[in-house]
Amino acid sequence: MSEENKVQQPAPPKMPWEEKPVPPQPQDAGEHPLVRELEAAVPGAVVEALEFAGQVSVVVALDGLMAVLSALKGMGYRFLVDLTAVDWKDRPEGRFDVVYWLHRHGDSARLRVKVRVADGVEVPSAVELWPTANWMEREVFDMFGIYFANHPNLERILTWEGFSGHPLRKDFPIEGIDTGAAVYPDIYPPGGGPVKPKGGA
Amino acid sequence: MADLQATLLGGEEMEVSFGPQHPATHGVLRLLLKVDGEKIVDAKPIIGYLHRGTEKLFERETYPQCIPHTDRMDYTAAATNNQGFVGAVEKLMGITIPPRAAYIRMILAELQRIASHIIWLATHALDIGAVTPFFYTFEEREKILDLFEEYCGARLTLNTMRIGGVPWDLPEGWTHRCRRFVDELPKKIEDWERLLTNNRIWKARTVGVGVIDAEKAIAWGLTGPPLRGSGVAWDIRKVFPYDHYNEVEFHIPTGKNGDTYDRYLVRMEEMRQSVRIIRQCLDRLPDGPVMAWVPKVIRPPKGEVYFSVEGPKGELGYYIVSDGNVTPYRVRVRPPCFVNLQALPELVKGHLVADVVAVIGTLDIVLGEIDR
Repeated sequence: MSEENKVQQPAPPKMPWEEKPVPPQPQDAGEHPLVRELEAAVPGAVVEALEFAGQVSVVVALDGLMAVLSALKGMGYRFLVDLTAVDWKDRPEGRFDVVYWLHRHGDSARLRVKVRVADGVEVPSAVELWPTANWMEREVFDMFGIYFANHPNLERILTWEGFSGHPLRKDFPIEGIDTGAAVYPDIYPPGGGPVKPKGGA
Repeated sequence: MADLQATLLGGEEMEVSFGPQHPATHGVLRLLLKVDGEKIVDAKPIIGYLHRGTEKLFERETYPQCIPHTDRMDYTAAATNNQGFVGAVEKLMGITIPPRAAYIRMILAELQRIASHIIWLATHALDIGAVTPFFYTFEEREKILDLFEEYCGARLTLNTMRIGGVPWDLPEGWTHRCRRFVDELPKKIEDWERLLTNNRIWKARTVGVGVIDAEKAIAWGLTGPPLRGSGVAWDIRKVFPYDHYNEVEFHIPTGKNGDTYDRYLVRMEEMRQSVRIIRQCLDRLPDGPVMAWVPKVIRPPKGEVYFSVEGPKGELGYYIVSDGNVTPYRVRVRPPCFVNLQALPELVKGHLVADVVAVIGTLDIVLGEIDR
């Protein structure tokens, strides 16, 4: 190979880690097999289905939640990997997302089920389906102040009894509150309980 | 005898507080035991003494600033905590990391797994009454910490992974020293096993204690060695391989009876499998960069991902919700110890008070991660 040829050779192709990363795009997952399977078991349950980074999330209505969860358990989702919540403070369709992350051992399928709930609305407890939900729901209650109906023992788990407020709510100050003598007694009522909006009610 | 006991003690139930200041609870765990004589009727774990609001802190920090916080959750396994968090952010941003970085991560994570299992073995044996293994095992752990120190300067809170790779290349001679360590370790593991595996006292304290069957273990959400001890061959490294775990060979050890003894055997075999993985990684360690191209400011797109790694204790997952900002909107850590500890009342019912110590040890909990 002559010197000239060497110079004319194109630069070697860039490796994937040298390129600018391409972030995953959200896609509608209405036709995804996992969503179809759920739709066949509980018709009309899925309000919204989205696929992002290879993970499927479905949003279901609160009144159909128990039907969906028990159907999913019957479909082989025996392992509740995670149960948590996200606070979307001012969202009109309900302040919180309660998120269930389910696993099926047969084909290693994972499905995220979300339900939107407003502040102060009770969510049916999943403890009867998956005993592991017990502490996770207690944590969600402790951190977000979401109540779970029919929970065997819904009490605070990480903070102490009598703590005021729910730390993972977006309106809880990140520097914490003075728990000895609450500095925001109008927002965080003594003895815990749901956060009162400012200005009474 | 049982009748006599019942008459003498009258079958009276009593509540005993176990911890939070108790050396065998591995931190600040409090158990409210309901006992009938020496027998446990019910147990209620009370946690939260170490709660630092890590998930809340994540919402204030930028993504790279979150990594040191992950070290402080399961402080015996900082490398796997880092691995889970950076993996989640990479998944969210679509970053592919260079193979050399992936292999370095795997070596660090497996060394960390061995170090974590060593702490488990030493303290578990110590709690049950076997003092000797502590001295032998910690000598080996020291060597792992030295390797970590040489690589990243820290021994416990490593902060050794970055979004897009690892911060440094391996120092000169490190692979050689690491190989020497993994060559020596199987012999040491054999020595430790000789102290315990066929030891009559050890067997009397562990066989048939804290039994849970596979069906129940799944229902309680157990992961990691407690699940594998019940005979379920389930490991995130095999089910959802991350980094380059699909390229190395190893098998998932499982138990049969789901008791404390089987979980002990599973963890001992896991250490050997980790040695096997490290050897393969050292053999194949490719040349090249250790960091991918990443933007100066980490700003993932809107979206949510769940990414999990097989930590020494079980499935450690990170659920990150991004609103397109430089700080995460919400980070949820799926802590394996928190979920595993929940099954403790199930495991200790009907056993003696002394067995509680064995069961806490066999679940291998770290309160830093349970309380976060």
